[in-house]
Amino acid sequence: MTASTGSAIRSSPGLGRGPRVGAGTRTRVARSARYYLPAVVVFVGAVVGWEVLFTVLNVQSFLVPKPSAIVAALQANWSGGRFPLLPSAIATLQEALIGLAIGTVAGVAVAFASARWLTARGILLPLAVAANAVPIIAFAPLLNNWFGLLNPLSKALMAAVLVFFPVMANVTRGLVQVEPGALELMRSYAASEWTILRKVRVPNALPYFFTAMKIATTLSLIGAIVGEYFGGANSVLGRLIVNSASALKFDVTWAAILFGAATGILFYLAIVLIERLVIPWAATMRADS
Amino acid sequence: MNTDPAPAPPVVRIAGVDKTFARGDRAVTTALEAIDLEISGGEFVSLIGPSGCGKSTLLRIVGDLISPSAGTVTVNGKTAEQARRDRDYGMVFQAPVLFDWRTVEDNVKLPLEILGQDAATRSARAREMLELVELGDFLKHHPYQLSGGMQQRVAIARALAFQPSILLMDEPFGALDEMTRERMNSEVLRIWQQTGTTILFVTHSIPEAVFLSSRVVVMSPRPGRITKVIPIDLPRPRNEDTRETRRYFELVTVVREALRRGGGSLDDAATVDPASTDRTMAEGAVG
Repeated sequence: MTASTGSAIRSSPGLGRGPRVGAGTRTRVARSARYYLPAVVVFVGAVVGWEVLFTVLNVQSFLVPKPSAIVAALQANWSGGRFPLLPSAIATLQEALIGLAIGTVAGVAVAFASARWLTARGILLPLAVAANAVPIIAFAPLLNNWFGLLNPLSKALMAAVLVFFPVMANVTRGLVQVEPGALELMRSYAASEWTILRKVRVPNALPYFFTAMKIATTLSLIGAIVGEYFGGANSVLGRLIVNSASALKFDVTWAAILFGAATGILFYLAIVLIERLVIPWAATMRADS
Repeated sequence: MNTDPAPAPPVVRIAGVDKTFARGDRAVTTALEAIDLEISGGEFVSLIGPSGCGKSTLLRIVGDLISPSAGTVTVNGKTAEQARRDRDYGMVFQAPVLFDWRTVEDNVKLPLEILGQDAATRSARAREMLELVELGDFLKHHPYQLSGGMQQRVAIARALAFQPSILLMDEPFGALDEMTRERMNSEVLRIWQQTGTTILFVTHSIPEAVFLSSRVVVMSPRPGRITKVIPIDLPRPRNEDTRETRRYFELVTVVREALRRGGGSLDDAATVDPASTDRTMAEGAVG
């Protein structure tokens, strides 16, 4: 009987788990500092080790430049000169954002159609899966050809194509995979399909949507940068990487890659932040269980 | 309320109901056969039987979640479908089916939103119902922050929120441990007496059925039939002491023997259907 005593106590009202209380801002900052400290220490250690090791072994900078050289290149090319990093990153981010928006809207629209109409699902899902199996990057030169080499839209569309599938697949799953009991409950209320969509399917799909968005941010940057590799205006990250590498300015190439990485991380964190604001319950639920 | 209500015109009338399921193109499974049952207003009727006797199927037919293959169900003088459209049913399933994105209070408000009641009425009603199930302090919690027993109480509050004339409960406490279950039994009785709602209750547990019911309907499996209807004449109000009276034990024995004669005692069911073994053992209800 010991096991059942345990859960009986747990279910008494006074002992229910409440929302997290007492965690002031200071303790929360301290806690996350303690959480991230090991990662920061390892990162800094690796960079220092890289610098020291490459100096001692005298590795040529055209193979891999030292961190100090990359930092110097960052400073020298921050916003001006032949390889302006910040304006290029912003231009690339704009392409990625436009692509993300187009791909997300399209993905969500198709997801709603396929969740609502079985026929639509029967037609669209196999096509989408087949399309996803194609190495979509291969279309980049074509998109450049269709929409113009200098048109940012050709890069944005590369990003959109990459973003579309994960968004469509995840949102469809979120709309369709609803607890059967929830549908019985709604039926017992004689609720309309529209009501079920609003009150059950859409909220159920939100965590799936944000999972897709986290993948999609990275994909949209990849799409934009790869699109740029195949030509176009020069002050974008992809062109900057290609041009600096062919000019043997590898420290600048690395600085550009670093910029791309930082942009991707910030982009991802923005989504995490929006997720916390829109569906706070999902984050708390993960933390609690 | 010291006695069970005097016979009133039936709220639920089940007449000649059969239910068959086609399993692929092979043999047809008969889940229910020739079910006749009348339930009066304010009654507390339990359906008990081993796994596969169709008791949940019967409950779902009454609630118009599935249709019978033959026969009719009349609820408040209407078809079951019309009754569902008129929101005559409150339903509680074995899983609480609460929405994690809603607070406890907003979960209870859900049916009221669908009924189009105004915000003030919804709030007042949700609070009242949560007070009734003694969760008045948990309005702003989310379901995943509550224990299983508390979640099931929220589900009951939600089912009662729009004052349905019939409460359909499908093994609502099947997933709870024995002690929590006994406490929930007392709560359901208290709520039933306060609201006067007619309750149709599906259970695996003999003690639960005897403690709660005005009548216990014993069912046998394959095909699901009603083998016996046992009136429970324990005085009301019933409380924890009721569980220790001689009459209570006698009635538990009567129900158990009816189950055994029906060809499906709960023990037999456990050996026939491995899936039900856990539940029967977890209940600690047999023996």
